[in-house]
Amino acid sequence: MRYVYLGIPLAPLAGAIVAGLFGAFWPRLGRAACHWAAILGVAVAFALSLVVLWEQTLGGGEPWNGAIYTWMVSDGIRFEIGFLVDRLTALMVTTVTFVSLMVHIYTIGYMHDDPGYRRFFAYIALFTFSMLMLVMSNNFLQLFFGWEAVGLVSYLLIGFWFKRETAIYANLKAFLVNRVGDFGFVLGIAAILAYFHSLDYADVFTAAPMARDLTIEVLPGLEWPVITLICLLLFVGAMGKSAQVPLHVWLPDSMEGPTPISALIHAATMVTAGIFMVARMSPLYELSETALSVVLVIGAVTAFATGLLGLVQHDIKRVIAYSTLSQLGYMTVALGASAYAAAIFHLMTHAFFKALLFLAAGSVIIALHHEQDMRKMGGLRRYMPVTYWTALIGSLALIGTPGFSGFYSKEHIIEAAHGASRWGAELAYWAVLAGVFVTALYTFRMFFLVFHGRERMDEHARAHLRESPKVVTVPLVLLAIPSVAVGALTIEPLLFGGWFGEAIRVAPEHDVLAGLAAHFHGAWAYALHAVRTPPFWLAAAGVLTAAVVYLWRPALAGLAVRVARPLYLALVHKYWADDFNEIVLAGGARRLGRLLWQVGDVLVIDGAMVNGTARLVGMVAAVARHVQTGYLYHYAFAMLIGLLAMTSWLLGLMR
Amino acid sequence: MLADWPLLSLLIWTPIVGGVLVLLAGDRGGAGPKRIALAFSLATFALSIPLFTEFDRGTALMQFQERVPWIAAFDIYYHLGVDGISMPLIVLTTFATVLVVLAGWEVIQRRPAQYMAAFLIMEGLMVGVFSALDAALFYVFWEGMLIPMFLVIGMWGGPRRVYATIKFFLYTFLGSVLMLVALIYLYHKSGSFSILDYHQVPLGMREQLLIFLAFLVAFAVKVPMWPVHTWLPDAHVEAPTGGSVILAAIMLKIGAYGFLRFSLPITPDASAALDWLMIALSLIAVVYIGFVALVQADMKKLIAYSSIAHMGFVTLGFFIVYTIAERNGGLQGAVLGIEGALVQMVSHGFVSAALFLCVGVLYDRMHSRLIRDYGGVANTMPAFAAFAVLFAMANAGLPGTSGFVGEFMVILASFKANPWFSFLAATTLILGAAYTLWMVKRVIFGPVRNEQVAALKDLDAREYVVLGALALAVLAVGVWPDPLVEVMHASVENLVQQATTSKLQMLAAHP
Repeated sequence: MRYVYLGIPLAPLAGAIVAGLFGAFWPRLGRAACHWAAILGVAVAFALSLVVLWEQTLGGGEPWNGAIYTWMVSDGIRFEIGFLVDRLTALMVTTVTFVSLMVHIYTIGYMHDDPGYRRFFAYIALFTFSMLMLVMSNNFLQLFFGWEAVGLVSYLLIGFWFKRETAIYANLKAFLVNRVGDFGFVLGIAAILAYFHSLDYADVFTAAPMARDLTIEVLPGLEWPVITLICLLLFVGAMGKSAQVPLHVWLPDSMEGPTPISALIHAATMVTAGIFMVARMSPLYELSETALSVVLVIGAVTAFATGLLGLVQHDIKRVIAYSTLSQLGYMTVALGASAYAAAIFHLMTHAFFKALLFLAAGSVIIALHHEQDMRKMGGLRRYMPVTYWTALIGSLALIGTPGFSGFYSKEHIIEAAHGASRWGAELAYWAVLAGVFVTALYTFRMFFLVFHGRERMDEHARAHLRESPKVVTVPLVLLAIPSVAVGALTIEPLLFGGWFGEAIRVAPEHDVLAGLAAHFHGAWAYALHAVRTPPFWLAAAGVLTAAVVYLWRPALAGLAVRVARPLYLALVHKYWADDFNEIVLAGGARRLGRLLWQVGDVLVIDGAMVNGTARLVGMVAAVARHVQTGYLYHYAFAMLIGLLAMTSWLLGLMR
Repeated sequence: MLADWPLLSLLIWTPIVGGVLVLLAGDRGGAGPKRIALAFSLATFALSIPLFTEFDRGTALMQFQERVPWIAAFDIYYHLGVDGISMPLIVLTTFATVLVVLAGWEVIQRRPAQYMAAFLIMEGLMVGVFSALDAALFYVFWEGMLIPMFLVIGMWGGPRRVYATIKFFLYTFLGSVLMLVALIYLYHKSGSFSILDYHQVPLGMREQLLIFLAFLVAFAVKVPMWPVHTWLPDAHVEAPTGGSVILAAIMLKIGAYGFLRFSLPITPDASAALDWLMIALSLIAVVYIGFVALVQADMKKLIAYSSIAHMGFVTLGFFIVYTIAERNGGLQGAVLGIEGALVQMVSHGFVSAALFLCVGVLYDRMHSRLIRDYGGVANTMPAFAAFAVLFAMANAGLPGTSGFVGEFMVILASFKANPWFSFLAATTLILGAAYTLWMVKRVIFGPVRNEQVAALKDLDAREYVVLGALALAVLAVGVWPDPLVEVMHASVENLVQQATTSKLQMLAAHP
């Protein structure tokens, strides 16, 4: 099986190398050859992932934990590249390679006329490789490798259209905000090495319960449990990658990248790396009540606050981006409630329906010749039936319509927050519950504005409207299937069957999902039961409100803006987070740099010390020049004085 | 078989002889002198490969030793040898020189033969510095290597080259003089000029402090450490591309090497007493210089400041040894710190050389180093842009590139010393990315900014070879650093023992 595992990341890597190097150095290798190389690589990875999934579930295979090669040995510590293949990994690689494959195929249509066609395929195949290395890792070093590598490809892809000022602003911003997260992450890894003398997951997880009572003095007189510090530092990394408040600011801007990568990287896979990481680290997080509370509260704030922002966006991709932020918040809440399995479950369902929504949005965007403003859309239902129906499925899944996959995963996050007893759980519960209404409202606001109502595009655009080609619609359909079905099919084993086994560890006193299991009597009964619960009515109210405001009584939107003006302003300005970052942080850094340079280096060190010394030497020399008179008796006199001084000093020493 | 050759002498004298030959051939020979220079630099590089492959990884003893009397009256020997600390730096030197010769091929129009000769002679002298085991010999090489660099900046440099050369010379020379005093004092104490004898000589605390400070001035200037760093940006800005490459890739390492060969083993107690100063200066270099680099308008200045910040990691890795021992009662982590610092030295050799060569590529075409004169270079030079982004990422410490390895090791090790050291050092993740990628954004990306950029030609074959070789090196060390780190183990473990064994008790035992 080792070769199967190796093949999963290496096949996309080979695809990336062929598409990238050969595409650049050997132009005769045509566009088709490039996309076939990349697609073939990812398809092989997907097929092998299915083999691994089968082996880990039905085939009765044991988890595999082994090294591939030794990266470095230093100070007696082995730094290795290796894989941990268990059910969590199997689920992740299958999800990643499936969505990636869909996006690869879709790209043929979406990027058809782009001059950077080959480069794009090289990047997304490279991304797939990096993401797979991240989820398959069995140690923190490789985790960080994958973590940064997906960040790099994200940087390259957000700035794919590098002629656009907005794109290259967004990619720099994304990289730097992620680096703030990585700053915490790398310190967390350093803390792990310092206390566990190993970066291997298995070693660390085994030793962690023993380290429970260790403390570290973070400030003089302030002792913290080591585990809490480690978990919080690692979570800072997760906040960067999974865009949790206040490090969420990069994700909406990342929409500057081409739509396929918004679907793949900034919705389905990379941004969920933080969620995956915390779930993977569940043996550590379970030891720190404090860290879990922080995770819970951050997730709750993100879930609700960023969802609201989706209400005032006009750019279709940005609505979905804010929705992604909000859904990542839901997953984080699940983590904070110790319902790791629910987080991974939502990660998986979200990957399908959110990739679907993004790709559907992309289909609309190409139909309208790269128009993303929803104010210039409307009534597309008649022109684009496949896109319409698949987008409807994605939207229904997103708002948690009973029976759809998003329903099962989201419902259990809400229930988990309800059942959790740690500090912050109350807040989290209300935040995710209220979030259901907000989700339904922004989702169907978008849906109605795009597909229903008046056709607001210009004549030229309307004349060219048609359904997208097969390479675009087939992936939509293929993604729509799991968006509907995967939840009902997998909820029972994933959440209640202990499917993850040892991959996710939950302390018995934290196990909220075990409490929910008693009320679960099959997926269909659960869906029917949902009609009597608040989330269902909140979602219905959201859809209804959207219909009233954006279809039947458009004047109401203006009224709402006038009534709740302060809230509206806060939302339009994105809570002023970007302004704060731009003016205070980025501007402050530049001002500090200029101050240190001009005052520290130029004025003090060079001005006063270096050139000052030079001037001093000059002045001393000017004076000393007068001593050199050229008269012999002056020199003789000076020698005499010197001799006397030295003799008396020596005499003084001897005494 | 190869081990019987006087390999180190060959590595020193081959390039020097080659340099003299190139000088004799003169500029009238057309491409001839350049071909001679290339042949000699390649031969030297080839000779340095057995140094790596035949190196015995199991011992901390000096290898490839050669020892013949030189000035018998003063017990001065022509004594050469390498260990796991100096050997990688020698290979780095021979590698960098090949690139410099290639990089100057068509670019240097004025007196190309003398230019090439200066670099070949400098190469021999730098190998001499890394392999000398006799303090007097070391000093000769140390001062000798300044002369060709002085000439390179002074003759082929920019408009303010005179100011820059004088500043460079005075700074480094003043430091060296104090070092000479310390070396002579040690000769006086130990009765020989052998550096290995210096390691053993018992010294009192006061002596150690004075010697440590004398060394500190010499080495801190070379590294350079804050606040004696201001000569470096000036020197880089005025130096021709090749000068900058050698300055950044090799010369800065010589200061750091001095700390390992002299300060830590000769004055362990003084190093322990003043480690707080060294750590503070290192962290200031990382944070303060990081901010300063952010606002530079001149690409070369920006990379120069970035070099200072990266060298802060090197000195940090060296001097956390004592805090680690004190805090944990053991030395676990100390080797990681020093090896990390050494990897950082090698990696910085690749990355800074590559970045200066990238600036050189642009400068040769547009004769400007100012960021604001560029913009959208990727449109006209896609291959160059790919290399530049790769090296920028390496400079920002991206995993998979060599830039990550050393930084990561030092951050991990310094957490053992004090989490706050690690905290401050790790700010480079943000600052390093900010100053490097902001420059990339303004120079490489964006729409074509002006007609000169629109007229740019992409890399030619020669530039491909130079940047491609560096790209391979950067990726190789990033993906598999073990072969590089492996050679260091025995020597670094031995060094940690020396650095943490007090000489004061030794003095008490044998007064």
